[in-house]
Amino acid sequence: MLLDPGFRLEIYRRMVRIRLFEEAIIAHHPVGHLSIGQEGAIVGACMALNEDDYVTGTHRSHGHPIGKGADLRPLMAEIFGKRTGICKGLGGSMHLTDTSKGLICESAIVGGGFPLATGAGLSAQVRGSGQVSMCFFGDGATNQGTFSESVNMAAIWKLPVIYFCENNGYAVTTPVSRSHGQPDIARRADGFGIPGVTVDGQDVEAVLAVTREAVSRARAGEGPTLIEARTYRFDEHSNRLAIPIKYREEEEIRFYRETRDPITLYRVVLAEAGLGDDLASVDAEVREAIKDCVAFAKDSPEPEMSDLWDNMYSNPIHLPGKPRP
Amino acid sequence: MNEIRNDTQRLSYLQAIIEAQREEMRRDPNVILMGEDIAVYGAQSLFEEFDASRLRNTPISENSFVGVGIGAALTGLRPIVDLTIASFCYLASDQLLNQAAKLRFMTGGQLRVPFVMRTSTFYNNRTAAQHADRPYPLFINTPGVKVIAPSCASDMKGLLKSAIRDDDPVVVFEDINLWGKKEEVPTDPDFLIPIGEAAIRRSGKDVTIVAFGGTVSHALAAAEALAVDGIEAEVIDLRTIAPMDRDAILTSVAKTGRLVIADNSHNVGSVASEIAAVVVEEGFESLRRPILRVTAPQVHIPYNGTLEKQLFVSKDRIVEAVRMLV
Repeated sequence: MLLDPGFRLEIYRRMVRIRLFEEAIIAHHPVGHLSIGQEGAIVGACMALNEDDYVTGTHRSHGHPIGKGADLRPLMAEIFGKRTGICKGLGGSMHLTDTSKGLICESAIVGGGFPLATGAGLSAQVRGSGQVSMCFFGDGATNQGTFSESVNMAAIWKLPVIYFCENNGYAVTTPVSRSHGQPDIARRADGFGIPGVTVDGQDVEAVLAVTREAVSRARAGEGPTLIEARTYRFDEHSNRLAIPIKYREEEEIRFYRETRDPITLYRVVLAEAGLGDDLASVDAEVREAIKDCVAFAKDSPEPEMSDLWDNMYSNPIHLPGKPRP
Repeated sequence: MNEIRNDTQRLSYLQAIIEAQREEMRRDPNVILMGEDIAVYGAQSLFEEFDASRLRNTPISENSFVGVGIGAALTGLRPIVDLTIASFCYLASDQLLNQAAKLRFMTGGQLRVPFVMRTSTFYNNRTAAQHADRPYPLFINTPGVKVIAPSCASDMKGLLKSAIRDDDPVVVFEDINLWGKKEEVPTDPDFLIPIGEAAIRRSGKDVTIVAFGGTVSHALAAAEALAVDGIEAEVIDLRTIAPMDRDAILTSVAKTGRLVIADNSHNVGSVASEIAAVVVEEGFESLRRPILRVTAPQVHIPYNGTLEKQLFVSKDRIVEAVRMLV
């Protein structure tokens, strides 16, 4: 795969944006489920999409909009619960849904995004728009009924959907080996008569390559693909979650952090390609952008109580309990 | 009813559903219809007219095909999902209650959800407890959805068309006991009944009877019977149960001072309970007597037809309630 240097640096930029965005969350407003360690899978998948392609995501929601190229200010303001947030402070860390970048849902109900992504694919097909729908989910979500139900519908109707599993090995604390009768998630595709592919989620360009293939199949009307990206979550399930009993070995965490960091691995690739000098300037630029979005979030106003009522319906109707002006 | 009527055609309640869908599918290419076995039951004539891509016969995957409709609604279509039988809504509750109802709010108004879920209350039909639910309270207790329960063919057509054109999720409760009931229905393709407005079906000064869906005909029959004895009942057909037309109820109760509510929900936490609470809070000084609710008792619906019939709202039960007040 021959990639344009500018495109490769954009891949790198988006991974660093996710990493530093989340490190800023840890430092300034410690809430949420972090994607640190999973940036290669997320960005590799997103970079295979057009801006108007649809995306559904999960409670681990920060990476998807950043991967899709969203503006950082409204995202950070949302983390802080501010009125300038992408969801006006009403959605929060698990729901960074930026519709201007094609996101239609970041569901904190595990498996909730499967039907919605499938419906977006149906919509693209009915309207003949040529768009595809990218459904991000975790390994745990494949045990929800909506996985089987939705993938089956996409298969019978040949919908342009890419089911993209960020398999980080653990559903909170439960390992794949203890929650899946057959732990090879890509093989589940066989049951629906669609292609299933496993890819190294720490290798961003490998992810990009398999996703591009799935996207072109989808656009050609050949139906959905299931992609399983093997990745790893460096931090805990959620950064305020107490873990009373150790469920994964320190050595395992250290192994991934030290040898399987998707950003470090990609820096080596880019340096070998002669782009080493550009990395520092991308890093500096992203650091500035993060500083800027944190300052923006801190300075932004809180939402008003009346915002709750105003965002309920598309047309003004009488709602019980709305405060009188 | 206040609507201007020119040409009409005689349609059953069920035919009115088909015609509303046909007209809206003609009007807007983004309207699609999905559901189990729709190719054989209910929508056959639509298959003759419209492209198959807009008519999706779904697998038995209630949670997901409801969610697929919602996902399509988020991305430019106006799907109508036929969930067939109201008891199936529990299977689809995540997509309905956690997604459709909340996505506009949770995205700070970025998304709109022009999604219609039709479902029928399948009671009085000897189908036993897993098919006979009338789960209205579940949905009126969920902010973010609109809920309609039309009582006649004209209302069904006008309200369903409004629902399809609405940008919020609308749950449409059909009542199978009304399916075959025919009446003259306007043919004007822009005949719409606004969501959220009740109708006064009969005026009276002695007692207000609030009804909706399948209980309206019983309320009107009760009013006829009471009139023989000189009791003038005012019958309000809610038509929409969320958002509820509180003003219509409160205005009527201010006039009559007595209220009977006819609702086929189970008694506890019913639509009737909500109406009673509203009237107690906002119209207490108008009340001359206690409010009475005529509802299904807090037991499951039995298979035995003789027993089943006695659980639901009937003319006699409404008459009996009114007589306790007047």
